[in-house]
Amino acid sequence: MSLRFENVRLIDPEQGTETLGALRIENGVITADGPADRVIDGGGKYLAPGIVDMGVKVGEPGERHKESFRTAGAAAVAGGVTTIVCRPDTDPAVDTPETLEYALRRGRDMARVNVHQMAALTKGREGREMVEIGFLQDAGALAFTDCDAVVTNTKVLSRAMTYARGLGALVIAHPQEPGLSAGSSVTSGKFATLRGLPGVSPLAERIGLERDLALVEMTGVRYHADQITTAHALPALERAKAAGLDVTAGTSIHHLTLNALDVDDYRTFFKIKPPLRAEEDRIAIAEAVASGAIDIISSMHTPQDEESKRLPFEEAASGAVALETLLPAAMRLVHAGHMDLATLWRALSLNPAKRLGLPGGRLAEGAPADLVLFDPDAPFVMDRTRLRSKSKNTPYDGHRMEGRVLATYVAGAEVFNHAA
Amino acid sequence: MFTQKHLLGIEPLHPTEITTLLDLSDRYAELGRGVVKHSDALAGLTQINMFFENSTRTQASFELAGKRLGADVMNMAMQASSIKKGETLIDTALTLNAMHPDLLVVRHPHSGAVDLLAQKVNCAVLNAGDGRHEHPTQALLDALTIRRAKGRLHRLTIAICGDIAHSRVARSNLILLGKMENRVRLVGPPTLMPSGVSEFGVEVYDDMREGLAGADVVMMLRLQRERMDGGFIPSEREYYHRYGLDAEKLSHAKDDAIVMHPGPMNRGVEIDGTLADDINRSVIQEQVEMGVAVRMAAMDLLARNLRESRASAGVMV
Repeated sequence: MSLRFENVRLIDPEQGTETLGALRIENGVITADGPADRVIDGGGKYLAPGIVDMGVKVGEPGERHKESFRTAGAAAVAGGVTTIVCRPDTDPAVDTPETLEYALRRGRDMARVNVHQMAALTKGREGREMVEIGFLQDAGALAFTDCDAVVTNTKVLSRAMTYARGLGALVIAHPQEPGLSAGSSVTSGKFATLRGLPGVSPLAERIGLERDLALVEMTGVRYHADQITTAHALPALERAKAAGLDVTAGTSIHHLTLNALDVDDYRTFFKIKPPLRAEEDRIAIAEAVASGAIDIISSMHTPQDEESKRLPFEEAASGAVALETLLPAAMRLVHAGHMDLATLWRALSLNPAKRLGLPGGRLAEGAPADLVLFDPDAPFVMDRTRLRSKSKNTPYDGHRMEGRVLATYVAGAEVFNHAA
Repeated sequence: MFTQKHLLGIEPLHPTEITTLLDLSDRYAELGRGVVKHSDALAGLTQINMFFENSTRTQASFELAGKRLGADVMNMAMQASSIKKGETLIDTALTLNAMHPDLLVVRHPHSGAVDLLAQKVNCAVLNAGDGRHEHPTQALLDALTIRRAKGRLHRLTIAICGDIAHSRVARSNLILLGKMENRVRLVGPPTLMPSGVSEFGVEVYDDMREGLAGADVVMMLRLQRERMDGGFIPSEREYYHRYGLDAEKLSHAKDDAIVMHPGPMNRGVEIDGTLADDINRSVIQEQVEMGVAVRMAAMDLLARNLRESRASAGVMV
């Protein structure tokens, strides 16, 4: 069956354009325009490629009480996300072809979005021995990362990178100097001191990044920094790119929309990793996304149950759910004038797809009909109890937000409708 | 005027609230020096002391303060109890809340833990020290001691010396003394200074003699060895040489400068033993005395507000 969206503003991140027009899809892919079996009048709302989110933690295996593929999938489509690329920081870690196959199968069976999986870089994410990078790659691992467990042993990391280079595998790292960040729960500074919370210098990120980039220069691996959150880290990143290294960087939606002061009176829903930064850093990172210095925005969706968060700040678990709030939160960047929609979608959709070798993120003929129809201005007040995720740990609870997903399509099939 | 429901820190207090509390503390200090040391300000009320961290002095001070005001005082040694069995702080709070305490005195090793607990109980909560965040009654007793020794609590130059980074006493003191419009100096090695300290409106010195020059009050801090991850200072003897308070270093302060220490002291590490005992300079014993008075005043004021709010809510008290 063919379908034609009419009277929609098409956001094309590849062309960098935003135009009023129509889009035709058939058999799950975008086709040349023409008449179709069915027509949807978008009423002047926006149609964009579905978001490709490469930082999603699902609680499978091991923590299904926090988030399952079913609930993560429901949250994703409600947030305009059509592809989730899952992190391997599960329990056990996704570090063998067997666990990878289990996770992929669960994702395929339970979620109504495209589910892909990343694998750990070292066994058990312990930073000692590399995983079976080749087998895992054959089984479908899109990238290799120990997530926030920084590989401290430089020899182990350099060998894993060298081996990965031979297979053309993408290595994703968490740039952070672990000696400096050990024991910290916020960014150092006046606020940390006032609250009496142990802080980490924002420079710990730059130190971690500089080390990683030197190793990239040494090994020639394809490298992605999962979250760049401080202004101090940006020059190193820009230098590496200018030198022609195969380097990209991401950041999280939280670091783009919140700052360190939001922690306020020990609000543990604002405890994330790396910790929220100063407002100057937030602005610098938003500008870096706009300029393209930072390539990718991801949700860093990290479900935590109430018990993990209802604790003194230092003891509370890190992380925030973000799939369902990703699009409205990202709209803040547009409404605040940091970037236009096409630029935003380059970071939300086109760049992550390109970096991971996925076909999404484009509106071109032949691209998958993974689409999101949304109203960037629709206001609402965030109520965490209504989230579709099993865990409700969103920092935006009670926030006024603008931007609502009206409908989401995966391979041409409607998987979410706001009116439904 | 004192409108607080809890005493969680100095930060939320208005200067007039601080003055109100200190004025009442003065009266309780006199009571404590009398023959009959008893009042019935807290008669019929239940005070529970929950110390999740070792304390002898503060706990004894709160206990004595409660007993002098006629409260039923219970001490719970939290280190030995349910938290060892895996109970969360909030569950512990809810359990205690079911016993209908009126005043809850809490010390906890994590910053913000007392705030969290206060959200879950319906009684007045007093922070007896949380992590490296605040220790409000210590700052108040220091303020009372200074006011009684100097006759005022404003436009004084006060040097706080030592391990500022790990000290909740320093946090509360620098906030309180700043609110009362004093000139606050922080003196110590850079490794023991907290981050962002230059934004607090204080002067920072790493040379002790410069930091003490012209000071009215010299406030020493305990070198919290148990808080150290290790490696903040090269050795105790080098620390004593550079930052230990002795007569020579004190000579740079004003002639009538007073010496304070929140205790317990490490003699020969941060302070010379003879100096600590010099009744002409040291007000360390007075601080202990004022501790009881300040805690009586704080609990009295909070109990008044508690009774008022319960009365307006129609609850019998």
